[in-house]
Amino acid sequence: MKLRFLLPLGAFLVMVIFLGIGLKLDPHEVPSPLIDKPAPAFMLAQLHDPQKMFSPADMKGKVWILNVWASWCASCRQEHVFFTEFARTNPSVNLIGLNYKDESSAAAQWLAKLGNPYLVSVSDTEGSAGLDWGVYGVPETFVIDKKGIVRHKQTGPVDLTILQTVIVPLIAKLNAEAE
Amino acid sequence: MKKLVLALFLLSQSVHAEIEVYQFANPELELRYQTLTEELRCLVCQNQNIADSHAELAQDLRRKVYEKLNSGESNSQIIDYMTERYGDFVLYRPPFNAKTLILWIAPVLTLLIGGIGFWSLLKRHETNTNEKLSDSERASLDELLHAKMSNKK
Repeated sequence: MKLRFLLPLGAFLVMVIFLGIGLKLDPHEVPSPLIDKPAPAFMLAQLHDPQKMFSPADMKGKVWILNVWASWCASCRQEHVFFTEFARTNPSVNLIGLNYKDESSAAAQWLAKLGNPYLVSVSDTEGSAGLDWGVYGVPETFVIDKKGIVRHKQTGPVDLTILQTVIVPLIAKLNAEAE
Repeated sequence: MKKLVLALFLLSQSVHAEIEVYQFANPELELRYQTLTEELRCLVCQNQNIADSHAELAQDLRRKVYEKLNSGESNSQIIDYMTERYGDFVLYRPPFNAKTLILWIAPVLTLLIGGIGFWSLLKRHETNTNEKLSDSERASLDELLHAKMSNKK
């Protein structure tokens, strides 16, 4: 008899737990289906030298970061500080910029003013490479291993904590892996 | 009031004008376009499908659907293209797999638990009311009924 009265309380507690977990989840963090899949290919002109092309295949055998950015994106400016500092203190890091749906002149100006941490930036004016990479909110950051497999995706701006606790340890780990 | 209605009407017209119009070779293609864009979620404004959303991404995805339809791709090819890039989340109708199992079976399970609970409640009620009368009880009941009948006469 007593158990019967405890049943609604039990059901209530289960609901509280589920709703509590639900509160902690961020619906904007959509798990990327690209993780552990080959990096989508593209062939795009470089921002600073449109005659030259860049393709993810060029990075084969290297651990690299693809950072999707645009001069019109406010939170890109926010994360840019961390990337410039990161690239300055870690010159060996291969940071590639994907300039997403931007005007090349505005993008070049933005980099000239705020500093250019990128080895190369490519112009994805139409956003077609962005579509293939499943970009839906700029900025986004991908980490790709030596075999050209996407290993991590960060949606939204990268900050110092994320750099130190996620990106740096992951790069160290991937660098230690065989080609 | 009339002015307000007119203003609202004009406003709604200007808002609708933002969604681009596509020309289709046949009505069947247009219908497929409508169904597909209604079933795909816009990842920027997540409670809208790409048919309703004004987000730039939704616009790009609509164009992609249009191009793919025109190049003769099937609905499932287009759906695959989208899930390869954005995951199952892009679908308003989630597929049945290990990850979504609880989502699909939860309604059935809840109905089952509720049904069993209701059935056992009914069963208990039945046993409470359907108790057989003992012989002495039946005799006294008859006696009472007879007494009542003879009183009426």
